[in-house]
Amino acid sequence: MRTFRFLLQKEFLQIRRNSFLPKLIIAFPLMVMLLMPLIMTMDVRNVNVAVVDRDRSTTSSRIISHFGASEYLTPVLTTSLYEEALAALERGDVDVIVQIPDNFERELSSTTPERISLAANAVNATKGGLGMQYVVQTIAHTLTELRGESLPVVRSELVTVENRYNPTLNYRHYMIPALMIILFILVCGFLPALSIVGEKESGTIEQINVTPISRLQFTLAKLVPYWIIGLFVVSLAMVVARLVYGLAPVGSVGTIYLGALLFILTISGFSLTIANFSETMQQTMFVMFFFIMIFMLMSGLLTPIDSMPVWAQRFTLILPPRYFIEVLRSVYLKGATIVDLWSNFAALGGFAMVFNTLAALTYKKQA
Amino acid sequence: MSDTQQIVISVRDLTKRFGEFTAVDRISFDVARGEIFGFLGANGAGKTTAMRMLCGLSYPTDGSGTVAGFDVRREGEKIKRHIGYMSQRFSLYNDLTVWENMRLFGGIYRLTDSQIKSRSEELLSRLNFLDERNTLVGALPLGWKQKLAFAIATIHRPEVVFLDEPTGGVDPVTRRQFWELIYEAAEAGTTIFVTTHYMDEAEYCSRVSIMVDGEIRALDTPARLKEQFHAESMDEVFRTLARGAQRAE
Repeated sequence: MRTFRFLLQKEFLQIRRNSFLPKLIIAFPLMVMLLMPLIMTMDVRNVNVAVVDRDRSTTSSRIISHFGASEYLTPVLTTSLYEEALAALERGDVDVIVQIPDNFERELSSTTPERISLAANAVNATKGGLGMQYVVQTIAHTLTELRGESLPVVRSELVTVENRYNPTLNYRHYMIPALMIILFILVCGFLPALSIVGEKESGTIEQINVTPISRLQFTLAKLVPYWIIGLFVVSLAMVVARLVYGLAPVGSVGTIYLGALLFILTISGFSLTIANFSETMQQTMFVMFFFIMIFMLMSGLLTPIDSMPVWAQRFTLILPPRYFIEVLRSVYLKGATIVDLWSNFAALGGFAMVFNTLAALTYKKQA
Repeated sequence: MSDTQQIVISVRDLTKRFGEFTAVDRISFDVARGEIFGFLGANGAGKTTAMRMLCGLSYPTDGSGTVAGFDVRREGEKIKRHIGYMSQRFSLYNDLTVWENMRLFGGIYRLTDSQIKSRSEELLSRLNFLDERNTLVGALPLGWKQKLAFAIATIHRPEVVFLDEPTGGVDPVTRRQFWELIYEAAEAGTTIFVTTHYMDEAEYCSRVSIMVDGEIRALDTPARLKEQFHAESMDEVFRTLARGAQRAE
C-alpha cells in the first residue's frame, strides 16, 4: 500500500506539471457543456418559405401573415410566378414553396375547393420534412380560424391541429446527458491510455517493469487520478446544466454519481487495455477513435436505439455507454431510482470488472 | 575467480529465440559478488536481450539462470527486488525533479521514509547534486542524467546493478566520473554487470565476455584476453572477434 502511495503521488505530480492537462480538464467540460447544447439541436428553425400567391385575396394574405408570425417559418419571397419560387428553391434560398391557386378564397366554401400545393427541398430530409409539417399546420390553423369567423355556428373543425413541436428546451435536455457521456469518453477514455503509451514511448515503463511493483498497483495508480478527474468533470457538467440550462435531475444525484463512477471505471479500464496492446501514441489514438466512433454513434447518445435495425439494436447490448445514457436520461428526466435501473447498474459493474481485469492482465512486465 | 567467492549470477545455456531468429544462443557464465563484469559485443550481438532475461523483463526460450539466487524464468519478480537496472535509453521521469525521482524509486523499493531521506542526501552529495535537488530531471545535461540514473538504480543497495551502455554519448570527463561511481559501488559489494562499446571501459572491468552472433566467444580478465589473442589492447581483441560476425546490424 505504501508503494502505491508513491506511485499515485507521481501520477498527480505529472498531471500537474503537464502544461496542458490541467487546463484541458477545466476548459474542456466547460466548453462542451456551454456551447454544444446550443449547437446540437435537431429542432428545425428558420425554414424559409416562398409563397406563390395567385389568389391575392384576404385569405391568402392572412395565410402569409401567419407564416410571418410563426417562430419557425420565415416568408422570404412572395410572387405570382411559380418559376421564380422554384429558382429560389434551387439556389437554396428557399426551403418550402407554398402555391395558393387562383380563386382559392372564392371556392373555399364549395364542395370541391382548390388545393394549395406544397414543394419542399428535401436534400436535408429533416428540415424538408419538418418544414413542410410546420407549413401545413400553419395553413390549417389559418383556415380553421377563417371558418370560425364566417360561420357563427360552431362546426367540427376540418382539420385538427395537434401541436407536436418539440419545444427546444426538451431537446437540449435530451442532449445534455449525451454530452456528459462524450466528456467521460474523451477525458477518462483517452487520457489514461495516452499516459501509459507516453511511458512506453519515453522508455520509463521499462524502468518500472524492472522494479518489483505489482501490475495491479501500477495499473491502479494510472487509473485512480482519472477516476477523480472524471467525478470532478461530472460535477462540473451538472453544475453547468443546472445554472445555464436549468436542468436539474428529477432523481437523486447519488444515483448519477454511482452510475458515473461505474462508467468511468469501465471506460478507463477499456482505455488501458487498448494502451497495453499499443506501442505508439498514433496506434492508440487510431484504435481509440475507432471504438469511440462506435460508442458515440451506436449507443443511443444521438439517435434512438429503437430506430436502429434489429441487428444493430442487439449489438448495442455490448456497448457500455448504452447503459449509462439510459441511467442519466432516466434519472435526469424521469427521476428513476437505482432499483428501477438495477439491470443497467449490473451491466456497468460487469463491464467495469471485465475491462479492469483485462487491463491488469494484459499489462506484461516480462515478455 | 576462486570458488570461495559467492556466485551472484549463474547462467547455463541461456537462449532466446524470436521465431526463427536466435538472438541469444546458449550462453553460460558465472559472476561473483563485487565483480565488474563487462558484457561486450557489437550492435545486434544479443547483449541487451541477454541482459533483459537476467532482469526478469524477458522469458528465456531455453536454458536456465539465477540472479541473486532466484530463477530467471519463474522468479522474475523476486529478482527485481534485488537488482538495479539502467537501460540504454534514459528512463527516469523528466517531468519530476531529482528529489522526486529519488523518492519515487526509493518508495517503489520499499525503503522507509527516513531511509529515502538519508540515502538521497548521501547520493546527492556524492554526485555534487545538492543544488539540483529541485531541478526537473529533463533540464539536466545528459552526463548528469546518466550519473543520476546510476545513483537511483543503486538507491536500494541492490546485489547486482545491470547497466546497458550507461555512458553512450557522454563526454570523457563525465565518463571518468561515472566509472568512479561504478568502482565505489563495486567496492561496497555491489556486483556490476555492464555493457559498453568503449574499449577503454572494458579495461576497467574485472572480467569481460565478448558476444558475437548471440554466442559468447571469449570470457576472461582483460589481461588474459589480450594474452590469448596476442593483442595490445581490448580494442584489438574486440575487433579480432567482431570481424567474424555474420549478423548484419
